[in-house]
Amino acid sequence: MIRPSRDVSLHAGVLAALLLLFFVTSAYHNGNLARIMVLAVFAMGYNFLFGYTGLLSLGHALFFSAGMYGLGISMNHLDMTVLPAFGMGILASLAVTGAIGFLALRTSGVAFMIVTLMFAQAGYLTILLFGKYTRGDEGFVIQQAERTLFGIDLTDPTNRYFAAFALFAVSYLFIAWAVRTSFGRCLVAIRENEARARMLGYDTARHKYLALLASGVLSGASGAGYALLFGYAGATFASVQYSILPLLWVLLGGAGTTIGPLVGTAFAFYLVDVSSEFTSAYLLVVGATIVFLTLFFPQGLSGELRRRLAPWLP
Amino acid sequence: MKKENTQHLAGVSRRSALKSIGALGGAAAFSSIPGFTGMVHGQTDEPVRLGFQVHRTGIGAAYGRWYERTTNAAVERINNMGGINGRPIEIVGEDDGTDPKRGAEVVEKFATQHNCDAAFGTLFSHVVIGSAPRAGELKLPYLVVSEGHHVASGILNRYTLQPCITDVKSQVQAMAPFVHDNLGKKVTMIYPDFAFGHDHRDYFSEAFARRGGTILEQIAIPPAETAFTRYFPRIPRDTEILYHVMVGPAVLTFVKELGEFFGGSGPALFGFIDSLEAVDMNSPGLEFLDGSYFWEGMPRYQQEGMLEFDAEYRAAVGVDANGASISDSRDVSTYAHMFGCWETLHFIRDVMTAAAGSGNMKQAMIEAAEGVTDIAESIEHPQGAKLFNGKTHQVFGHQYISKVEGNRLNVVHSTSIEDTFYPDEVDYTQQEL
Repeated sequence: MIRPSRDVSLHAGVLAALLLLFFVTSAYHNGNLARIMVLAVFAMGYNFLFGYTGLLSLGHALFFSAGMYGLGISMNHLDMTVLPAFGMGILASLAVTGAIGFLALRTSGVAFMIVTLMFAQAGYLTILLFGKYTRGDEGFVIQQAERTLFGIDLTDPTNRYFAAFALFAVSYLFIAWAVRTSFGRCLVAIRENEARARMLGYDTARHKYLALLASGVLSGASGAGYALLFGYAGATFASVQYSILPLLWVLLGGAGTTIGPLVGTAFAFYLVDVSSEFTSAYLLVVGATIVFLTLFFPQGLSGELRRRLAPWLP
Repeated sequence: MKKENTQHLAGVSRRSALKSIGALGGAAAFSSIPGFTGMVHGQTDEPVRLGFQVHRTGIGAAYGRWYERTTNAAVERINNMGGINGRPIEIVGEDDGTDPKRGAEVVEKFATQHNCDAAFGTLFSHVVIGSAPRAGELKLPYLVVSEGHHVASGILNRYTLQPCITDVKSQVQAMAPFVHDNLGKKVTMIYPDFAFGHDHRDYFSEAFARRGGTILEQIAIPPAETAFTRYFPRIPRDTEILYHVMVGPAVLTFVKELGEFFGGSGPALFGFIDSLEAVDMNSPGLEFLDGSYFWEGMPRYQQEGMLEFDAEYRAAVGVDANGASISDSRDVSTYAHMFGCWETLHFIRDVMTAAAGSGNMKQAMIEAAEGVTDIAESIEHPQGAKLFNGKTHQVFGHQYISKVEGNRLNVVHSTSIEDTFYPDEVDYTQQEL
C-alpha cells in the first residue's frame, strides 16, 4: 500500500482546512480569508525568489501592480471580459518581470535590492504619469457588473471565496511541486552557495532568471486577482510599502517554507486587525511583535516549527 | 443626454414627501419629544452603529484627528437630543491608515463584524475609491467627506454618497469667475502631478477659458519633489495670477522658495487652503503669502456677520475664533473640511429618522437621502445652505475666497450655490438597491 508522503498530506490538509474554514467561520472572517489567500499568492511569489533562491527584492510591488493594472486597464479601457483580462494581467507581469530581471540580475546582494527598488519606484511614477489611463494615485473601480466569470458573479461572497481559493490552490500546488523538482533544489543550492552551484555545472543565471519570472508572474496573478475580486486598482499598490509587505509576511511566516507565506500573511493581517480594536497605538503593538518575533523566532513561525518539531516541513 | 442643472430630482412620490432636509430635521426634532420618541423607541433599544473610517495614521492623520473631534462633538449633540429614532449613536472608529486596501477591509469590518447601519467620514479620494466597491457590494450606506469628484463622476455606486461637502469640480469651477474678474486674465498653474493636481488642471482650465481667460502654462511637479526653485523659471513673465495647489509635507518649502524667487514682486497668488490645512498661518516662511488669496470650504478665521451658526459650531467642536484648538492655540484645525463630518452625522440622523419603520433600513436610508434637495443653513449645517442632487449623490454649496491679511484669512467673496453647478454625469437612482 502506498502512503502519501508527509508533505503531500500537509498540502492537502492546508487546502482542506481552507475549504472547511469557509463553512465554520463568520462572513467577516470569510471575507478576510479571501483577501488573505489572494495576498498569500503575492507572498508565495516573493518567497520563491527570496526564501528559495536567496534573492532579496525590494521591487515586487511593481510586479503585483503590473498584474493589477494589466487586468484593470484591459477591463476598463479595452472592454475585455474577466478571463482574457486576467491573462493580460499575467502577461503584463511577465513582460515587466522579464525586462527588469534581464537588467537587475546582473547585480546581486545589496545592489540587487537597490536596483529592484529603483525600478519599482520608476514604475510607480510611471503609473502616476499616465494618469489618464491609470487615474494615478486615486485609482479606479472595476464595476461590479463586469466582474463575472462564465456567468458567475465574483462579487458574491461565496463565489469570491472560492475564486480566491482556486487562485491560492493553483499557486500553492505549483510552489509545492516546483520546490521538489531538480530545478527547485538547484534554486536552494544557489541560495546556499551560488559559486558552488555554478562550479557543479548549473547555469545559475538561467535558474535565477526563471525563478524571478515565476515569482513575478505569481505576484502579478495576485495583483490581478485582487483587482478582480475587490474591484479596485490604484497606484498605492505600486508604492514601496507594497514591496516591503511581502518581505514582512514571508519573514514572519517562515522563508523557504511552502506554508510560510500563508501563515505570515494571515498573522500580519490579524495582528493589525485585532490589535487595532484594543488600542489606537496598534502600530506600536505590531512593531513590537515583529521585533519580538525577529529576535526570538528568526526563522519565522513555520521555520521555527520546522526547526523544533517538524524537520520534514517542505 | 446630460441635464444642465443638478437641482431637481426624479419625481418619486416617496422622495417628494421627504424633499427638504428641513422637513427631515423636523422629524428628527419630533423624535426628541418624549411621546414621539416613545413610539419609535419601541422598535429597538440597540444603539445606531455608525462605522467611522478614520485617517488616524498615514498622510491623512492631521485631517483624521480633527475629523474625529468633530465627529465626537456631533455625536454628543445628537445623543443629547435623543439620538436617532430614540436610539443613541455609537461610533465604531477604525483607522484605515489612509490606505485603500485597509480602507476596504475596514468597510467590510463595519458591515460584517460590527453590523453597522452606515459608514462615513472618509476623506482621501484613493481610500474612498478603494473602499466604495465593497460598501456597494455589502449594501452598506457609505457617506464620504472627501471633496473628490469620484461620487458625482459616476464611477462608484448607489450606496455611496457625498451629502455634506462639495466636490473639487464644483469648487474649482466656481473660483474661475472671481479669479478672472478680480485678479487677472492670464494664469499659470502649478500643481502636483497626480490625480488631485490633474483635477485642478482640467476643471480650472476649462472654466477659466470659458470665462475668457488664458492659461499661459501648466507646471506639473513630480510627487516626490522636495525642491521647487528649478520649476519657477518656467513661469511666463506676463503671468498675472499664479494658481497653486501643492499639498503634502513639502508645501512649506514650496511657499518659502516661491517667496525667495519672486522677492515680493511676482504675480498675484491664488491657492486652495488644502495646502495649509492644520498649518499655522504664522509659521515662518509664510509671510510671503500676505496679500494672496485662498479658497476655503469654511472660513478658518471667524468672520464678523457671516455664517450665523459658526460661533456655536466652533464652541461645540472646541475651536477658537482663529481656527485653532481652544486648549492649544498651536493645534490648528482642518476647518475648511471638518464641518463635513458634523453635517454628515446630522444628515444621517435626518434620513434615518425619515426612513424609520422601513423593513430594510439601509435601503430606505438611501431612498430617503435621494429625496433630499434643499439643506437649510442651521447649527446642523453651519457651513451654509446647500442643494443635494439625489441622482448624482453629490451636494452643492457656497464656496469662500479669503485674502491673507496680517497672517489671517479674511473672506472677500462667497460664491452662490449656482456657481458650482455642472451637468449631471450619472443617475445612481437607476441602479438597483
